[in-house]
Amino acid sequence: MSRLPTVTLRVPENTESDGREPSPDNEGALHSSFCQLIEEQSSLVAGAIEMELQERGREPSALLPPPHPMATTGLEPEQGEQHPGYATTLRILANMPSRTIGRSRGAILSQYYNRTARLRRRSSRPSLQQLSLTARSSLRHYDLESDPAHSTLADKQSLLELLSLPPAQRSHMLLEVPLSLEEKRSLRRQLSQKRSTPGLRAHSADPTSPCAWCQDCIVLGCRTFWYRFLALVHTAQPWHYALKQIGGRFGSSVLSYFLFLKMLLMLNIFSFLLLLVFVVALQAAYPPAVASPRPFTGLEFLTGAGSFTHSLLYYGYYSNTTLNDPSASSPSGNTSPPRATQLPYNMPLAYVFTIGASFFATCILLMYSIYHSFGKSYHVGSSTGVLAIKVFCAWDFKVVQRRSVKLQSENICTQLKELLAEQRLRSCPLSLPQRLRHITVLLLAWLLALGTVLGCVVAVHYFSEHMHVQEQGAAAGSAWQQEGVLLALPLIVSLLNTLMPHFYNLLAAWEKQDSPGAEVYVAICRNLLLKMVVLGLLCYQWLSRRVVCSAKECWETCVGQDLYRFVVMDFIFTLLDTGFGELLWRLILEKKLKSKQKPEFDIARNVLELIYGQTLTWLGVLFAPLLPAVQVLKLLLLFYIKKTSLMQNCQSPSKPWQASHMSTVFITLLFFPSFLGAAVFVSYTIWSVKPSETCGPFQGLQTIYQTLKVWVELLEESNPNIAWFSWIPQYLVENTIFLFFLTGVVLAIIYLNIHVLRGQHRIIRLLEEQIANEGEDKRFLIRKIRSIYEHKEHCA
Amino acid sequence: MGGSSSLLPQEALGEYQELTFLNKQEILLAYKRFSELLPREQRENACSVRVPKSQILTLPELRPSPSRQANPFQHRICHVFSTSEDGDDSMSFEDFLDMLSVFSDAATSDIKSRYAFRIFDFDDDGVLDGKDLEKLVNCLTGQGEEARLSSIEMEQLIRNVLEESDIDKDGTINLSEFQHVISRSPDFVSSFKIVL
Repeated sequence: MSRLPTVTLRVPENTESDGREPSPDNEGALHSSFCQLIEEQSSLVAGAIEMELQERGREPSALLPPPHPMATTGLEPEQGEQHPGYATTLRILANMPSRTIGRSRGAILSQYYNRTARLRRRSSRPSLQQLSLTARSSLRHYDLESDPAHSTLADKQSLLELLSLPPAQRSHMLLEVPLSLEEKRSLRRQLSQKRSTPGLRAHSADPTSPCAWCQDCIVLGCRTFWYRFLALVHTAQPWHYALKQIGGRFGSSVLSYFLFLKMLLMLNIFSFLLLLVFVVALQAAYPPAVASPRPFTGLEFLTGAGSFTHSLLYYGYYSNTTLNDPSASSPSGNTSPPRATQLPYNMPLAYVFTIGASFFATCILLMYSIYHSFGKSYHVGSSTGVLAIKVFCAWDFKVVQRRSVKLQSENICTQLKELLAEQRLRSCPLSLPQRLRHITVLLLAWLLALGTVLGCVVAVHYFSEHMHVQEQGAAAGSAWQQEGVLLALPLIVSLLNTLMPHFYNLLAAWEKQDSPGAEVYVAICRNLLLKMVVLGLLCYQWLSRRVVCSAKECWETCVGQDLYRFVVMDFIFTLLDTGFGELLWRLILEKKLKSKQKPEFDIARNVLELIYGQTLTWLGVLFAPLLPAVQVLKLLLLFYIKKTSLMQNCQSPSKPWQASHMSTVFITLLFFPSFLGAAVFVSYTIWSVKPSETCGPFQGLQTIYQTLKVWVELLEESNPNIAWFSWIPQYLVENTIFLFFLTGVVLAIIYLNIHVLRGQHRIIRLLEEQIANEGEDKRFLIRKIRSIYEHKEHCA
Repeated sequence: MGGSSSLLPQEALGEYQELTFLNKQEILLAYKRFSELLPREQRENACSVRVPKSQILTLPELRPSPSRQANPFQHRICHVFSTSEDGDDSMSFEDFLDMLSVFSDAATSDIKSRYAFRIFDFDDDGVLDGKDLEKLVNCLTGQGEEARLSSIEMEQLIRNVLEESDIDKDGTINLSEFQHVISRSPDFVSSFKIVL
């Protein structure tokens, strides 16, 4: 034991006195000699001593309050084996940078100064080679025996560093530095005092020219103005208080549903405004001659037919001519002087362009939201560390109500227990017969789910055929019969869409998935599959014009009316579902079963209902331009009804729910099957379907797309100079090679990104190994220091 | 609200706006709530008065309840944000603003994670070790006997957490390792929030 310290002291000296880079062969020898020494020394005793060291390392540092890092108060040696070396070792340990990094004022300031200065210099993400240790540079100046004088010197140094920043950067830095408000104010006062003394002006990097001073003033002024504007915007946000209430009682998971609703509302308001300004308002100003408008009965709100048929709501109302055309003769025959501001307005072109523009803008907005969400919720290497994340991030500080806090604690406890049980299960896997049984149950459940989807689709198909037949018969009957026949199909479809998710929930309860996260995904999958397949069938039916409808000559108005009925029915069934599912269920639980539990708010099911409703709107925009307005009204009412029902009847879900992750999933689902499907349907209609002969803006044309071709040809004829303009639709849109090229480019970008990600994964692994090795080094050195002291004790 | 804005000097208001993540309305609302905690005669100079911890804990965001199921981190929050030299965890108005600023919407993830680390460090030694983690989990799961984890589960949990987050393998989690874990969770920023 006494021999070893000398041996170990020799080995580091040898390597340092070399003075040149060790060759790979030497490095190998170095590592193996370290390994050998570590193995010789390490034993259970070493482990016990290390534990003791850590335990003791805690006590002296408890005497260090944050603003005075280096107040080296003396330690009282504990009972047991005591060496004077212990005190020094423990003091050293307590003052290690990794333990004091969050607390010493000078270190914090210098770290933030370096970070701000680096931010100023760089314009984009720094490459990995540039990562330097500048953040810790002034920590290296920290001496072990630092006295208060030394610490004030370090402070002064950091103050000087701060002065060299321009004022905008400085105030930004002061905002972000994690010191208390008192200290920030005193720092600010000191800095402004120092700035006013002319002596230090020469040291600071600020040029003394009035130009730069003006610039600084302008920047600061703009920044204050910008903060004030942001504050105004923040308070003007709709439903700010309501959302805060919901978040405070139920947490982020339920809040995500309402935020999703708000996003859909904004999208719809945007589409509606676009259509209003360019299509609806102008047509309303120049109404076409309508033959014998029907009397208004209240049933129109439900069926969309009757007096609504020939109104702004539907496609058939819009004219196919140029409005306000100066060359057209005036109908009254009076010689009214031509007004100076006669602007002809080509309605068909406006119609198709506005619909195209609203779809394009919605696409861009959705892609931007997905990109934004993905950036926040997906990280490189984020699949591990679930337990640690749950322990550190699970507590939602927004929740303030007593009962909700208790519920949250219970939920977290259950989730932790589930995660631990899952881990134990993974460490001892199931036996073969159990696994087989599990797989059979899964297969059976999926077969059942797919079978029900198929069954529903076939049922809808046959029912619509039956309705078609009924409609022929009811044409002679009363008005009520006619309207009743119209409403039957939407009723059945909405009924299926409301009942089947409950069935899928029961199926999931029988199935018992491994992890609760998988349960949610499976439920969403099945639900979405059902809705999208049924919608697909309906789209096919609409396009093949086997629609139960009253205005046969104008099939687009027919389809528009059908979609209107679907939207209204969907709303009614959502209300019924809220009433029965939440209100009635709570009353039953309370009165009959006398349990304190309330029904849970099923977030996934509700969000999918919203997505379904939005798909219907997007499908119907071409045929009923005012449908976004209907959707806006529907969403507004839905917000208040859902909120009231939530507050009165529900409790937050007990399953774990990662709010931002699931929000990303939902926005992706909104984009991928829902919006893209609607866009494909509308594009197909514009491209290949023959519009009706007698009504609407595209009467008599072969396809709606022909409008654009005709327009381009007209432009070419009128002005031969812009013949190149016709090149765009011909070569870019109609030619498929361009699309293939674009797809190829996108695939190449994805491939490159995947490889970059893989490289980053690898670097993270290597860095983690390096940090673990540094930890080993630390332990090794501590043991060495201890053994040297012991050796000195023995010799002394 | 108009009355309290006349009591808070304009210059101080501007300085607070610049040095915290709160906007003007939030600062004024905080001032109103803070002065309500004080007895009537001290409301004039609310800026300079310190409020004892018991009063602070009557705020609904931090309120204890008879069944002791309030925000379990209330004591730690008061302790971390208090700058009183007596160690009695009393908070001045500036400490209160500090707390609201860190817990606000606009605060950066870096600041939140630093303060979260200090709140979770129950023994104030600059690292999270096994004992800190145990106290943290007990706070999370609540005070009821049936709600706590058994000792075997607790041991397994602490072992797993340390395995996942302790990179240098010294048995404790320091600030950098904590921030590394937090950076992988996108929900942290939205759950580490208190809105008045």
